[in-house]
Amino acid sequence: MSGRLELWLFVLQRLSAMVLAPLVLIHLVTMIYAVQGGLSAAEILSRTQANAIWPVLYGLFIVAVAIHGAIGLRSILREMTPLRDKGAGAVAVAFCALVLILGYRAVGAIA
Amino acid sequence: MAAAGTEKSLKVDIWRGDDDGYYQSFTVPHETSQTILDVVTYVQRKLDATLSYRFACRVGMCGSCAMTVNGRPRWTCRTHVDSVAEDGYIKIDPLRNFPRVKDLAVDMTVFFDKWRDAKARFVPSEADLDGFAQVDPDSRERKEASAAIECIGCGICYAACDLVSWNPDYLGPAALNRAWTLVNDVRDADPNGHLKAVAGDAGCHACHSQQGCTSHCPKSLSPTASIAGLKRKSFAALLKGAL
Ligand code: SF4
Ligand code: SF4
Ligand code: FES
Repeated sequence: MSGRLELWLFVLQRLSAMVLAPLVLIHLVTMIYAVQGGLSAAEILSRTQANAIWPVLYGLFIVAVAIHGAIGLRSILREMTPLRDKGAGAVAVAFCALVLILGYRAVGAIA
Repeated sequence: MAAAGTEKSLKVDIWRGDDDGYYQSFTVPHETSQTILDVVTYVQRKLDATLSYRFACRVGMCGSCAMTVNGRPRWTCRTHVDSVAEDGYIKIDPLRNFPRVKDLAVDMTVFFDKWRDAKARFVPSEADLDGFAQVDPDSRERKEASAAIECIGCGICYAACDLVSWNPDYLGPAALNRAWTLVNDVRDADPNGHLKAVAGDAGCHACHSQQGCTSHCPKSLSPTASIAGLKRKSFAALLKGAL
């Protein structure tokens, strides 16, 4: 049982990494472009609201971050702290939920 | 060069006792082509007969002479003094990640128990009784197995693995490496059984792939690659519903 859980977490970790890699690049490039272009917050908002691609991309980004970060955090806690399976799992789930909530509030604001 | 090659001497600090111990200093004559095991043996034969350590073959086959030399795990019978001494100084500790018994001798029980827990032993099948199995030397499985098969069970990779020191339940590079050879053994009757045993939370998926094991293995094996193989194969087995 625990073997299958580990396996699924491993698979999710890899899949979310594959999603994250291009999204991080897109995020960085657009950010640099916006800042270099001297766009104001209002101008950026008007652009993100005009095109559904941005909320969709960032929505996906947040799911990937929540999964990838939580699984990584669980490993770190299990190896580096006295927290073992259950404790580390609980903290990781809470972290995942927090990222999702904060993330979707932000996406709601730019949509 | 002096005839006997003993023109200078080595300063050697050796760990004495168990966890609660101290370093004892010795002066040992330096010889040409001298190994670390020669140094330890010199100390035990000539300077302090109470020094405990382990060795058997002296030629890199048995895997019993591993110790920590100037901070790194090494097979002492094949490690030349000249390649590791720092200004004529050598510090010798027992292997890391193992319970210490006395001086340089460690208790290897956990290490081999993990081979058992990883189901790292061959499972014969009925078909084997009917004669020799035909294994194509050029098949992928045979090549994968061959690349990992020469392990001498020295425990050096286990001592080099940080993950073992963080998670004492982790099966460790040697047991996983051995399991990988069996997963690739076409004669083995239970490949999925091997995968199941190593896919637990202290198994192959915990590995960080940082290659501490691989960079120290005296047989130049790559447990890291074997473990990556186990991850791949167990994923494939999961998709097929075999796990
Ligand atoms: S690659 Fe894996 S097995 Fe090897 S030292 Fe690192 S964590 Fe340990
Ligand atoms: S894999 Fe290498 S380092 Fe590890 S026990 Fe086998 S021979 Fe020793
Ligand atoms: S004594 Fe056998 S490997 Fe060193």
